[in-house]
Amino acid sequence: MDRMPQWADVVLIPLISLILAAILSALVILGIGEDPVAAVRMMVNGAVGSTYGWGYTLYYATNFMFTGLAVAVAFHARLFNIGGEGQAMLGGLGVALVCLHVPWPHWSVALVAAAISAAAFGAAWAAIPAWLQARRGSHIVITTIMFNYIAAAVLNYMLVTALRPRGSMDPATARFPEAVHLPTFQQIFSSAGQPLFRGAPANISFFVAVFACIAVWALIWRTRLGYEIRAYGHSETGARYAGISPFRITMIAMLISGGLAGMMAINNVMGEAERLVLNATEGAGFIGIAVALMGRSHPFGVFLAAILFGFLYQGGAELALWTNIPRELIVVIQALVILFTGALDNMVRMPLERLFQAIGRKRRDAGEGAPKPGPRSAQHEPEPEP
Amino acid sequence: MSADDPAERQETAVPAIELKGISKAFGPVQANRDISIRVMPGTIHGIIGENGAGKSTLMSILYGFYKADRGEIFINGRKTDIPDSQAAIAAGIGMVFQHFKLVETFTVLENVILGAEDGRLLKPSLAKARRLLKELAAEYELNVDPDAVISDIGVGMQQRVEILKALYRQADILILDEPTGVLTPSEADQLFRILHRLKDEGKTIVLITHKLREIMEATDTVSVMRRGEMTATVRTAETSPEHLAELMVGRKVLLRVDKAPVRAGRTVLEVENLRVIDEEGVERIRGIDLKVRAGEIVGLAGVAGNGQSELLEVLGGMRAATGLVRLNGEALALSGPGSDGQARRAAGIAHVPEDRQREGLIMEFHAWENVGFGYHRDPAYRRGAVFMNNAALRADTEAKIAQYDIRPANCWLTARNFSGGNQQKIVVAREMERNPDLLLVGQPTRGVDIGAIEFIHKQIVALRDAGKAVLLVSVELEEILGLSDRIAVMFDGRIMGERLPGATDEKELGLLMAGMAREAA
Repeated sequence: MDRMPQWADVVLIPLISLILAAILSALVILGIGEDPVAAVRMMVNGAVGSTYGWGYTLYYATNFMFTGLAVAVAFHARLFNIGGEGQAMLGGLGVALVCLHVPWPHWSVALVAAAISAAAFGAAWAAIPAWLQARRGSHIVITTIMFNYIAAAVLNYMLVTALRPRGSMDPATARFPEAVHLPTFQQIFSSAGQPLFRGAPANISFFVAVFACIAVWALIWRTRLGYEIRAYGHSETGARYAGISPFRITMIAMLISGGLAGMMAINNVMGEAERLVLNATEGAGFIGIAVALMGRSHPFGVFLAAILFGFLYQGGAELALWTNIPRELIVVIQALVILFTGALDNMVRMPLERLFQAIGRKRRDAGEGAPKPGPRSAQHEPEPEP
Repeated sequence: MSADDPAERQETAVPAIELKGISKAFGPVQANRDISIRVMPGTIHGIIGENGAGKSTLMSILYGFYKADRGEIFINGRKTDIPDSQAAIAAGIGMVFQHFKLVETFTVLENVILGAEDGRLLKPSLAKARRLLKELAAEYELNVDPDAVISDIGVGMQQRVEILKALYRQADILILDEPTGVLTPSEADQLFRILHRLKDEGKTIVLITHKLREIMEATDTVSVMRRGEMTATVRTAETSPEHLAELMVGRKVLLRVDKAPVRAGRTVLEVENLRVIDEEGVERIRGIDLKVRAGEIVGLAGVAGNGQSELLEVLGGMRAATGLVRLNGEALALSGPGSDGQARRAAGIAHVPEDRQREGLIMEFHAWENVGFGYHRDPAYRRGAVFMNNAALRADTEAKIAQYDIRPANCWLTARNFSGGNQQKIVVAREMERNPDLLLVGQPTRGVDIGAIEFIHKQIVALRDAGKAVLLVSVELEEILGLSDRIAVMFDGRIMGERLPGATDEKELGLLMAGMAREAA
């Protein structure tokens, strides 16, 4: 028997964590003399109160879905890919090269090519730490962090030297040609009489991200590769017993992870900025870690967590714009959510487990004498090692 | 304690340990249910039960690792609260764990005083300990070189250091948890001599074990535990192994393995000059030759850590080696491509690994996912080139659950939620149903309840009767003697000799296991 029902694990724990973070955030806002209720109202209105707000929330969510999925896939192989940020930066490079140097006839073809190129660049960037881990035993957490810095430096160099248009003082590429501009939600959903999502950056790559969620779900739970990834993630000796090559799984899982992180660039570089600028990723690679943690590495959880963080991003921006709550404090609030949902998971989990055990025991004590619930051997537990 | 209170010392009817109504639950699992027990001073009291019966939990409560949900503890007639191990030590209780808690790089003396130093300076403590150790050695025949480093001395010696640690802390009650698991038979005999000596000096000893033979040889009284409950406490002299087994399992058990005479056929497995060097550069297998024929069970006896595990790993495709291994006359790759578990399975080798929790199963996987483990690339479990055929796997699992009586009969439970015996049945079902030419079996009944042991032994014998070759590795000599048609003994990476089970006994095997005798010409 498990310690608590699955719905509690999947729904209750994130919810309680979120409420705790909200309470603490409210106290912080109260502490600087602002009204937390008004602040919440403003966040909600700004982020989901209009199609414009939704357009931003979903734009951010798209970024977080890609990076969250990237972290989640690696997690299943018990690899902690902290390099989503760098892989997404390199993905941007892949998008820029494809969009600038090939005369695409239509955005749809360009999107496919750009997505493949972005994934390839991201995967290549993840491949080096993966190889170092699999062959040399260099810890992947360390190497992927380092590769974020290297990626930033590489991008800086490329933008300043090779990609900057002649005569421009701005370390950015030229604007992408009109043919590769992706349809935004405004173009997709607006009718003649009713303009929707006006000026918001959400674009067609949101649907690519949703498709990626489904594809990752199928990969992890339905394919042989996913089976091997999960087996390796749970037990390396077990994998060796079953003839699953640790090297192969480490490489493949990281290539997929890096590819997903890289694909974020079709949203922020191709869909929104329509050129490659410095620091285009804006920390989305790191948010992806929190999204994967909160989403329990399950694609559906990642989807929900990404939308939540999109909400926090857009709502936070609105707060900074319209109130005296400083920008830094909004980062504090976002950090509190990450802290509670990601890092302090056990703080909520342990008391909750105890609660469920106590309830379970009470129910059994009350039911004693009644027919036994199922075969006794189900209640067996190996003797605990002191 | 009031050792200087003469009235209390003379009151001999007071038990050294008395537990009243101890209950302890871990979540939904009731590890101990209303357990009462009295252990008289100056006796050796055995506690026997299958794995998971709650023996270790009970002793952990007594030693302060767990707090009982209900119940009382009396030490020498006095109600005692034991919230932590410090309190247990203060109450005169010492514990020798199954896995020793020694600092490998320290000397015996340093380990003995560790945590019981008298002051900030070590020298006076060490001098005192040296004196005391000398006295204890004389008193109980507990001879150990006080200046030897732990990593240099054998497990038998290490266990003595653990006992000395307890005595140094003035323990009057000594609890030993599965003390013979890592010992050779002769080391176990020595241990029991020491225990008797301790008993004669008035110490009280609680011996936890699942081995019936040790209970019969060493104890005065014995308590039997089953599924968290104390089913009986009897005087050892008035009981028999069969009776104890019945009390442990709750039904009559066949302790001996019934099997027809061996009818060995052609050679299936041939190992020549096999050598293994591990990750640390230590030579674990130093050139061994071995043959296993069809229709024959070859048992590999030996104390754990003498190369048997590595041999299974090489044959199962988990470890690289040099030398020659032929299966049905064909040489197997021993390193590089074609030497992994997939290649071995394709060649007709099935493998019940020694450690089902770390190797044979993925504990977080559902039962049905585990039934495909290792065979997940089998076309039968496949849908197209990419997808798994989960429906086929589940149907297959349902069939195996029925055939092997795996309980609970629910293919959606994760492996963790099955008992040790049922976990092992999942592995055994998966490997046996492949109908392999060669079956590798490592510790098939470790941590498995007696009822399941009987079943698993029957399955192994049935496979052998069907003309398959079986290579069995076990640290349980009884199991090796009961199942094998031929016994090879390993010591320090070499095969010390081969014997026929009818023409040898535990004593001779024990000597070989200790590396005492070279094979007679």
